[in-house]
Amino acid sequence: MKHTIRELGTIDRRNFLRVSAAAAGGLMVSLYLDLPTSAQEGGQAPPAKIYPPDAFIHIRPDGKIVIQVNRVEVGQGTHTALPMILADEMDADWSQVIAELAPAADVYKDPLIGVQWVGGSTAIANSFPQYRELGARARSMLVQTAADRWRVKPEQCRTASSIVYGPGNRSVRYSDLANEAARRPIPDKVALKNPSEFKLIGKPVRRLDGRAKCDGSHKFAIDLDLPGMLIALVARPPVFSGKVRSFDDKEARAVPGVRDVFEYPLVKGSAVAVVADKFWIAKQARDRLKVDWDLDGIEHADSSRLFAQYKELAKTPGGVALKRGDETAIDRIPESQRIVAEFEFPYLAHAPMEPLSLAVRFDGDRAEAWVPAQLPTWEQMATAEVLGLATEQVKFNVLFAGGSFGRRGLVDSHLVREAAAIAKRVRGRPVKLIFTREDDMRSGYYRPMFVHRVEVGIGSDGAPLAWRHVVVGQSFVKGTGVAMEAMLVKNGVDHLAVEGSSDSPYAIPNVDLTAHHPTLNVPVLSHRSVGYGHNSFVRETLIEELADRAKTDPIGYRLKLLNKDAYKFRAVLTLLNEKASWRTRLPAGHAVGYACSEYNNTACACAAELSIVNGRPKIHRVTVTVHCGLAVNPLTVESQFQGGIGFGLTQVMPRGAITLKEGRVEQGNFDRCTPPYIADAPADIDVHVVPSTEPPTGVGEAPVPIIAPAVVNALYHLTGKRYRSLPLIEL
Amino acid sequence: MATYHLTVNGQRKEVKVDPSTPLLWVLREELKMTGTKYGCGISVCGACTVHLDGVATRSCVVPISLLGNRRIVTIEGIGSDPVGRVVQEAWVEKDVVQCGYCQSGQIMSACALLKANPKPTDANIEESMGGNLCRCAAYVRIRQAIEDASKRLA
Amino acid sequence: MVRSLLLLLFCLACIVVSRSALSSNDFKGREARSDGLAAWQQVYSVLTSPRCINCHTATNYPQQGDNRHHHFANVIRGPEGNGVPGLNCVSCHQSANAESTGVPGGRNWHLAPLSMRWQDENDQPLSSAVVCHSLTDRTKNGGLNAAGLLKHNEEEPLVLWAWNPGRKQDGTMRTLPALTHAEFVAATRQWIDAGMPCPR
Repeated sequence: MKHTIRELGTIDRRNFLRVSAAAAGGLMVSLYLDLPTSAQEGGQAPPAKIYPPDAFIHIRPDGKIVIQVNRVEVGQGTHTALPMILADEMDADWSQVIAELAPAADVYKDPLIGVQWVGGSTAIANSFPQYRELGARARSMLVQTAADRWRVKPEQCRTASSIVYGPGNRSVRYSDLANEAARRPIPDKVALKNPSEFKLIGKPVRRLDGRAKCDGSHKFAIDLDLPGMLIALVARPPVFSGKVRSFDDKEARAVPGVRDVFEYPLVKGSAVAVVADKFWIAKQARDRLKVDWDLDGIEHADSSRLFAQYKELAKTPGGVALKRGDETAIDRIPESQRIVAEFEFPYLAHAPMEPLSLAVRFDGDRAEAWVPAQLPTWEQMATAEVLGLATEQVKFNVLFAGGSFGRRGLVDSHLVREAAAIAKRVRGRPVKLIFTREDDMRSGYYRPMFVHRVEVGIGSDGAPLAWRHVVVGQSFVKGTGVAMEAMLVKNGVDHLAVEGSSDSPYAIPNVDLTAHHPTLNVPVLSHRSVGYGHNSFVRETLIEELADRAKTDPIGYRLKLLNKDAYKFRAVLTLLNEKASWRTRLPAGHAVGYACSEYNNTACACAAELSIVNGRPKIHRVTVTVHCGLAVNPLTVESQFQGGIGFGLTQVMPRGAITLKEGRVEQGNFDRCTPPYIADAPADIDVHVVPSTEPPTGVGEAPVPIIAPAVVNALYHLTGKRYRSLPLIEL
Repeated sequence: MATYHLTVNGQRKEVKVDPSTPLLWVLREELKMTGTKYGCGISVCGACTVHLDGVATRSCVVPISLLGNRRIVTIEGIGSDPVGRVVQEAWVEKDVVQCGYCQSGQIMSACALLKANPKPTDANIEESMGGNLCRCAAYVRIRQAIEDASKRLA
Repeated sequence: MVRSLLLLLFCLACIVVSRSALSSNDFKGREARSDGLAAWQQVYSVLTSPRCINCHTATNYPQQGDNRHHHFANVIRGPEGNGVPGLNCVSCHQSANAESTGVPGGRNWHLAPLSMRWQDENDQPLSSAVVCHSLTDRTKNGGLNAAGLLKHNEEEPLVLWAWNPGRKQDGTMRTLPALTHAEFVAATRQWIDAGMPCPR
């Protein structure tokens, strides 16, 4: 999804600040936005709700500055980058800054999307102006207060490190101004810094949550401990949408510490919850539970069967995603000048290191939830709905997540629905619902499996002249009725399933791109880099095959083929050419492969050096280049690129996939669904950012799709084979 | 249910749990020490790594009944160890963590490596850290932090 | 003349008699050897059980499971067969089976040294002849003589473990070797008594 960053002043909005003094003193500045949802998204803006207290900055009397971050931290670094932006404009003492995860509230909604969320690599892109303005407004009010106190003009004052300095060596700390500043009117217009004045933005700043994550003190959702808290584990149907026919809980209830065992509805089907005092007690009880599952009349999806069906479907055109030029052009290209390629992509599990967990407490007329949610306001509504409450009656706390990759961004809010149903039954005590690793891995909501069938007709100049492409795979949006659906699904085609192909940066004159979206009994979801994860693989392996056929350097081939307006791609490929100069000096038995991709206005490219060791690809080094506009925190950008590439390797690991056999997920833990360990990931990943002063764009997802195609492109030179079926079980 | 006496980070603790309870859950739920993490429950990911009498051990598969009187050191206590402190500093210096969930285990494994071998080669690092999963794939900086810690320990 | 003939006949008879005597001994020797070889095959049938052979690898990793797949989590042999710092065998394998968590255990869990490998580098079991020669080679078998071998098979804790291999995570018992421990010891004894013959 593309979102244009609009400059301050051109956004059509009314905005005003509400300032309230906290009970303990201090200045709380809140930015209350009453925005229509971005016009290009076309959605309906929900009426703004007021959830007191909504605040972004709290200057405590002890000098600490607490900044509310409107995004759950899943590892992507927004917990540091967003406060950096605010603190810079505010001239706050960075060593005194504390970041907190904002709870669900309208005021924390993404200013362009209109919903509180983490996703689409939008955090920095969409909240950069927002957090700048917050910081600038706070600074302005503090300066005004000091100026009034000293009876001087604000222009005679300057700020640095949480201190206002006035004429004649006068100075005063922000914390000493805060109470008074809180009573000031809020300025409507405020000047932002010139980028040359940035002290934090653009600099490598270490994470605020770094130390706590190294000494065991940092708390994730699964670490939550509340007085009176109970633990719930759930016996789920072995086939999606299965129902409980009956269950025998006699032995389960006999385990000391078990509180309750009961059936409750899932989004589809039903399950049996075991509620106990502790995790191990719940687990022992669940192991002794006997459930008779009703699995009749539901689809038993099977990966092998589905791949065969998808391949058949891919031979026929689907809903139109893109038609350009002459769709029959390919038929006039001689077969010797055509490539016909079929690609297979399996289901992928997100498998974040922290298995799913969340907690809810229901007290009849109110409730509280503790959730590592990517969609807090959305899930708050779902929680309220299940509990029969008004949304305002649900206090929704956002907790840190041990990774997500999209798994915690739940369109159907299935997790809070489950936890709320359990809490409703338990009543009066918080219940933490925990998924074991097996529960998590078998719970569905996978990156869907896909088949692509592509016919490329090659022109006499070696460039692709015609491109006929059918994509087959589930959509996690189509048919859900969510607001995004109208925006994303056109002609029956979900944009998220074809991005990377529909928005290819290459100038191919004749394109016929269509898609089929089968409806299956397998829940699917967004997965880090979404459609690019498979579309970029298809595109970048075919492009490199064309370059190889034309005996042209693959970077040069791409540069020549780029659309004129693909300036970010041009920049990253050009920089890659420079930074990967090692590619001409490879040792014997080594080869190099390339790929480029994008996500939400960030473009990137890589060169990967491989050899084959013990029958497996060994990646010695990857050089990556990225254009993300202004890199707000270069340390974050580098970590997301190194990590995103490591994550993207999951697709090529021999046991990286999820497979279904007669309705049952074959994998349950990391022994059978095995992501990359340290030896599987490149030891060296050097990241180079194209210098830019353009508005910052997100980096969480852009790197993920580039490594798999680069790897197979290199492998071709080592084995002579084109790999079009993932994962790479054998070379 | 049985009573067990443990020594955790130098302190004596008493717990009353079923003998089959893995040490991981004794730490997390009986002692409220949540720094040691649950990632898989079958010792394949390393997030639960503690030291038992100095040996890096995956606490998710050790039932409390098999603990004996081995002394436990967890992520909450490794900072009191001279190697542990240096490793944690290196981890912060190199800005290793992303989501951070695996990092307690990574650090405990790294400490075991550096205590046995203060000058590990790249191969040593890859072998000793080879069983610790990181879904964020922060592996590049994990290597750098171990190299950095090794230099500081020299 | 008659006397020479009688002497010749006597000598011939002696030769015939002694030849018969030789065949009889020879027959007994062959019988003993074939009994010994049969006993060895029994021993070999235990050695190639996954419970034993999974740790007698030729590679730098152990195997696990009845299908003898490459052990998960990248555990490796290490310089002394007990893993590497941070990832020792005892990082997971305790001194007894952990029934509640499905991890087998026994005292001093470690890999057999490479000299005691019973597989090739493609994880295929070595032939009965090769394993037998390796087992009886004192430069490879840890210096064990016949008595030592018998004692090892009778008493070594990790050997005994094979008959008490514990439950897997799913609660099912691990499969046992082809013979009982008592049968294994008896076969070992019989093989030793026959002079530890190895197939050619």
